[in-house]
Amino acid sequence: MPSSTPASASPEAKAPLLEVRDLRVSFRTERGLLQAVGGISFRVDTHEIVGVVGESGSGKTVSQMSVMGLINDPNAVIEGSILYKGRELVGLSQRQLRSVRGNEIAMIFQDPMTALTPVYTIGWQIAEQLRAHNRLSSGAARKRGIELLAEVGIPNPSVTFDRYPHQLSGGMRQRAFIAMALSCNPSLLIADEPTTALDVTVQAQILELIKRLRRDFGSSIVLITHDLGVVAEVADRVMVMYAGRIVERGTTREIFADPWHPYSWGLHDSIPPMVGARPRRLPSILGSPPSLLDLPPGCAFSPRCPHRFSRCTERPALAGAGDHEAACFLSPEQRGQALAARRRPLKEAS
Amino acid sequence: MSSSLPATSDLGEGLAAVPRPALGPWARAGRKLVSDRVAMGALGLFILIVLACLAAPLYATYVAHTDPFTSNVEGSITIDGQDVDLIQPSTEGLGLGSVPLGPTWDIHNYFLGADGQGRDVAARILYGGRNSLLIGGTSTAICLFLAALTGLVSGFFGGVTDMLISRLLDVLWAFPIYLLAISLSIVLISHGFTIGPFEITSGSLWLPIWIIAIVYVPYVARPIRGQVLALKESEFVLAAKGLGVPDWRILWRDILPNVMTTIIVFVPLMVAVNMLTESALSFLSIGVQAPDASWGTIIQDGQDLIYTRPWVAIAPGIAIVLTVLALNILGDGLRDALDPRAKLRIR
Amino acid sequence: MVSLLIRRFAQMIFVMLGISILVFLIFFATPGADPASRIAGRNASPEVLAAVRASFGLDRPLPIQYAVMMRRLFIDQDLTSFVNRGEVVVPEVMGAAPVTLSLVMGAAVFWIFGSIAIGLVAAATKGSFLDRLLMVLGLIGISMPVYWLGEIVNLITQKELHDTWLFSWVPQLGYTALTEDPWLWFKSLLLPWITLAILYIGLYGRVLRASLVEAGQEDYIRTARSKGLSESRILIRHALRTSLIAFVTLFGLDFGALVGGSALLTEVVFALHGVGRLTYQALLDLDLPVIMATVMYASFFVVFANALVDILYAILDPRVRLA
Repeated sequence: MPSSTPASASPEAKAPLLEVRDLRVSFRTERGLLQAVGGISFRVDTHEIVGVVGESGSGKTVSQMSVMGLINDPNAVIEGSILYKGRELVGLSQRQLRSVRGNEIAMIFQDPMTALTPVYTIGWQIAEQLRAHNRLSSGAARKRGIELLAEVGIPNPSVTFDRYPHQLSGGMRQRAFIAMALSCNPSLLIADEPTTALDVTVQAQILELIKRLRRDFGSSIVLITHDLGVVAEVADRVMVMYAGRIVERGTTREIFADPWHPYSWGLHDSIPPMVGARPRRLPSILGSPPSLLDLPPGCAFSPRCPHRFSRCTERPALAGAGDHEAACFLSPEQRGQALAARRRPLKEAS
Repeated sequence: MSSSLPATSDLGEGLAAVPRPALGPWARAGRKLVSDRVAMGALGLFILIVLACLAAPLYATYVAHTDPFTSNVEGSITIDGQDVDLIQPSTEGLGLGSVPLGPTWDIHNYFLGADGQGRDVAARILYGGRNSLLIGGTSTAICLFLAALTGLVSGFFGGVTDMLISRLLDVLWAFPIYLLAISLSIVLISHGFTIGPFEITSGSLWLPIWIIAIVYVPYVARPIRGQVLALKESEFVLAAKGLGVPDWRILWRDILPNVMTTIIVFVPLMVAVNMLTESALSFLSIGVQAPDASWGTIIQDGQDLIYTRPWVAIAPGIAIVLTVLALNILGDGLRDALDPRAKLRIR
Repeated sequence: MVSLLIRRFAQMIFVMLGISILVFLIFFATPGADPASRIAGRNASPEVLAAVRASFGLDRPLPIQYAVMMRRLFIDQDLTSFVNRGEVVVPEVMGAAPVTLSLVMGAAVFWIFGSIAIGLVAAATKGSFLDRLLMVLGLIGISMPVYWLGEIVNLITQKELHDTWLFSWVPQLGYTALTEDPWLWFKSLLLPWITLAILYIGLYGRVLRASLVEAGQEDYIRTARSKGLSESRILIRHALRTSLIAFVTLFGLDFGALVGGSALLTEVVFALHGVGRLTYQALLDLDLPVIMATVMYASFFVVFANALVDILYAILDPRVRLA
């Protein structure tokens, strides 16, 4: 587990880089109001890597895209507050947002093949971003672009600069994309499933690169993924999302060593164990996520939760100790009993 | 402090059934189309035009009391109680030659005036519309059938069949459409078409119908073939093959229904295109032949009169524009309803 | 790239061969009547018919006839019209080509700029009244028969409003060579250019708008936006550039077809003696030798344009070029 850098004593250093309060994103559809993000609050500090975990439809991507104002749908309704370096981003005009995008906050997407314009070279696209936010001659932009490509570990950067996206391998493409995203030294990088489209070996390299970014570039990173392994490897803190809500959050150690929410238990159980007896079947969470058009009242996970009880008809707020919080009404004792009950059938089967 | 875990039987309750939409894709598309008011308006306009043209004999006999096919150069009609010649001496230029009667704007009496042969233009337009619509519709039906057949066979069976058919379509398509239609038309129209016992006379409407149908087959077959090629690799087709389902059944039950959307969207578009092509051929005198009329032939009739009696040429053109426009709008609506992401070329 | 060129060239030859066979079959082998009487035209005397039979080798087997025809058309180039006595066909066609080229290239300039402008504006203001208005205008443009539009343009500019300041500059219908009188050349072609362009502006404007809107859904547009680029830059540099590939290929095909003679309707209506009009006149006279020559040359233009378009496609799309 990566260790978090010690917090400095001055109050400025403690002010979060990004602070999101009660963010709600809904979409008006023919079938009603679709609640993609149902009121989440979180913060990202400087120099930290925050993992956002959840399955498809959990709202993890929509919530981060709305930070940059990238939700382009006229039917989208975005409410709440997003403070970046103390500045409110919700409600800014497109022109104002443009100075933030690519410059202060940058985003890396899942599939670098489709995310790069196919008809321009990598170098052209990097230079485009540089010159959009800085006054640079094309020669200077080229030089800086090649430097960036070298910094992300691309061999022969000056040759790669003039290549087209389809000419590079998946890993190289993603590195080049990261170079482009970093070109204007953003303080916050949002990475949306950056390794999902890549081979496992390449994944490891990209994750190494991401860790280095925090060290060498000083950026904070929000890493969106459905892969717990990635999160364990790289993140300082984790938040688990389900049905548009945060169901648990804490430091990586806390989330992995002592998860509190039944959904988190389900996620952890579905990872094949590396030690111990081999289970006969991989446990999975019964049922499927709820329709975002028609969320159940109360806890969104309760229909699938084997541990639900009468109180779960109310929507639980995040509660806990310090950084570790879970949106669940189970008391610590109930939790212990539930966990014990879960572990028993597995032991009997082996 | 309740600490009991729910019994397994309780779990079933929590997993509420997700309400499934009750409509299949066709019904949903149908509903979407019907709610598209512009498309429905266009459909209404088209139906109106078809009905008006079908009613041509009724108009000619009961309303206008004219025979739009007999030359009536010597005739005269009554306007406001006075006898007026249908063909009058020209008052323009040197005063030589003659000019037919202009529009009377009287629906009972040579509404749009007379053409160079003294015939009632308005009635001719209604009759001409029947031929134009007939040719447009029939050639579309034939074209789509042939194109679907070639596209399906070529795409599905691949190999040599595909290569041969594609090359043939390439050659056919390499001809600029009008030139191919013109070539076929002059050859066939001058002498008719006989193959064995099967004969089409030179004045028959079947000639333009078949020529226009064949000329556009490559245009429709190509996207269909492309779609079949993609469908062939799709999982449900591979699964069917794996189960040993015979080819013809896969074609009929798996591939054809998917290709149907493409074909359906082509229907109004091709009728529009074919009507425009027919009118161009008729304008060039190699489409519909006298004594039959179509909107294109009437425009041709009006060509000599364009400076003196422009309505003879303008009116059938307006009819064409309205019909083709309605069909194009309907085609857009159909495409939106069936497949909003379709990449069909809009022509 | 070189292998692509070679492959395309071979394909071109193959298709041209196919076309020549098809043309031949149409004129010589369709069941129904004697090819000799077709070639000689209507009301030919028996001596002319016999002469035709001899010179075209019509009593010999079909493949020989084909070979004779091809030789006369391409090598000897001595094919003469039987209707306009003695008029040698091939030079006649080559003489008409500059007219068609002038017409089509001028129209192309109008239609490229017009449709790009319309497509961009419509896509940029997607869903607005302006967008819908432009699309409706485009639809109307597609729905008008081009020859009818030409007739109306003539009616207005030559007759009705000819004496007004608006159209008094419009010359008589007809063509003047660029080398003879450039200003007159321009004035006589301006209205035909616009008439011909209207259909294609409507068509291409709509196609471009559709592909721009579709490109707007792509991931790379989202990336461009996340880079902080302005909407207009995204539209033009990213969306348009990628959509242009399909646009240009369509354009090449239509341009080729028009130069080959599809512009004949416009030429007829505006009395421009281009290849198209030549074809039309020949068919009115049933002058088969001229028709055969024009159809062959027209098809060659089309096939050539096809091949050119494929090459252009490779130039514009690096994925194809550097596969």
